[in-house]
Amino acid sequence: MPLIHYIEADGAEYEAEVAVGSSVMQGAVDNMIDGILAECGGACSCATCHCYVDESWFDKVGEPGTTEKMMLEMAVDPQPTSRLSCQIKVTEELDGLVVRLPASQY
Amino acid sequence: MTQRAIIVGAGQAAAQLAFGLRKCGWGGEILILGDEPYDPYQRPPLSKEFMSGSKCESEVLIHSSSVYEKYNIGVRTGQLVTAINRHNKTVNLDNGKVLSYDKLALCTGAQARRIVLPGIDLKGVHYLRTLEDVKSIKRYISPSTRVVIIGGGYIGLETAAVLSQLGVSVTVLEMQDRVLARVTAPEVSEFYTRVHTEEGVSIQTGVSVNTIEGEGRVKAVCCDNGDYYQADFVIIGVGVIPNVELAESCGLAVDNGIVVNEFACTEDIDIVSAGDCTNHPNSLLGYRLRLESVPNAIEQAKTAAASMCGLAKAYVAYPWFWSDQYDLKLQIAGLSQGFDQVVVRGDRENTRSFVAWYLKQGKLLAADCINRPREFMVAKQLLVKGLGVDPLKLADESVDPKTFLI
Repeated sequence: MPLIHYIEADGAEYEAEVAVGSSVMQGAVDNMIDGILAECGGACSCATCHCYVDESWFDKVGEPGTTEKMMLEMAVDPQPTSRLSCQIKVTEELDGLVVRLPASQY
Repeated sequence: MTQRAIIVGAGQAAAQLAFGLRKCGWGGEILILGDEPYDPYQRPPLSKEFMSGSKCESEVLIHSSSVYEKYNIGVRTGQLVTAINRHNKTVNLDNGKVLSYDKLALCTGAQARRIVLPGIDLKGVHYLRTLEDVKSIKRYISPSTRVVIIGGGYIGLETAAVLSQLGVSVTVLEMQDRVLARVTAPEVSEFYTRVHTEEGVSIQTGVSVNTIEGEGRVKAVCCDNGDYYQADFVIIGVGVIPNVELAESCGLAVDNGIVVNEFACTEDIDIVSAGDCTNHPNSLLGYRLRLESVPNAIEQAKTAAASMCGLAKAYVAYPWFWSDQYDLKLQIAGLSQGFDQVVVRGDRENTRSFVAWYLKQGKLLAADCINRPREFMVAKQLLVKGLGVDPLKLADESVDPKTFLI
């Protein structure tokens, strides 16, 4: 199973094995990682699973979709590598992915 | 002795509450008791991705079973709780077992509102609330079938969208004079009627169903105005009612939901409740209400978990909702109840993207944002911050919504 690294805003680091086909958001929720709220459960409707993809990984993860992009624009402190983690589907290629979580989802 | 927390119900609130307990440091046993034969699953995809087939059963589960094991959370499915004995602190199951609890959480959710009609028991007539319901409905889906959907609320319309896209011939019957009458302004109802009509769905408003006809299985739906619609299957989506019987029969206060305070506590210090089944206060709105929504289930469950662990974390949040139909992403911030003005931003008559802002005495109450994620995000923040905005600006597309927050 691909290993995903989550780094919280306070520096706390977690590693989680996340199944292929699942999402980076689901991996965080399944491991009780605080920085992801996921109020809508993965429907790309709430922007409370915002994360910053590590720059070296961004090309592999890819750009956000149209709706996601607009939501991110209005999220707290968006950055060029911001994504909604519910929209990042885990693949074998993402084994080792590093994402950083914002201080707040609101 | 180890403490035991029992969670009655296995929906979104139940799952969240179980993990919330671990998060708050609950070291004792945690047991989720669900009457359905499934681990906790998400209901929103039932009328969307699960019905369309783009998500399978395992994909609608809130967590895979290994996750519950990892955090030592027991999930017992197919277990109906029949009674609560508050004096002995026990619950009775329908298999005759009695389980004791130290803390109890009622996450009993809601059930489809039933209607009484001749022919309601015919084969092919279905409510839409559970995974089982949708599995049954899916057997009828094919491009040659006809469905009549009774109820033009969100569930009915979402279902209409999915089924018509799968080639089913769809008629929606709504008793009120417009769809979504209970929850949106006429401007939004008109919009949804237009889109559904463009997509080939027939929407009939102001009609009451008289009888469902058929022999053994449904053949047609007859209305009191004489209209007659042939149907291979019928789906009824006329709202839900909270599951309060358990609470009521053990003497807890019930008033359109299980009555709880801002800490999700009932009047019994050992019993909390969270999710669709609660009647709770909202200090931001200034009134009590019951909500049918995932965000409410999640956030209230976190509060309930804290209370069970002796912590005090008040539940304070603006309600929000979403509904996906065709290429329309509707995101609703706030509750429009009591509005006296609707301001429209965008062209609702010719496009598929606009906002309906709801105001009361000039103050923003809610926003229905259709394919307007930016405005939705702004609306949420406007509500939380209590900021006022000039209605002229709300309507003016040349004003960036970001500036509303300044």
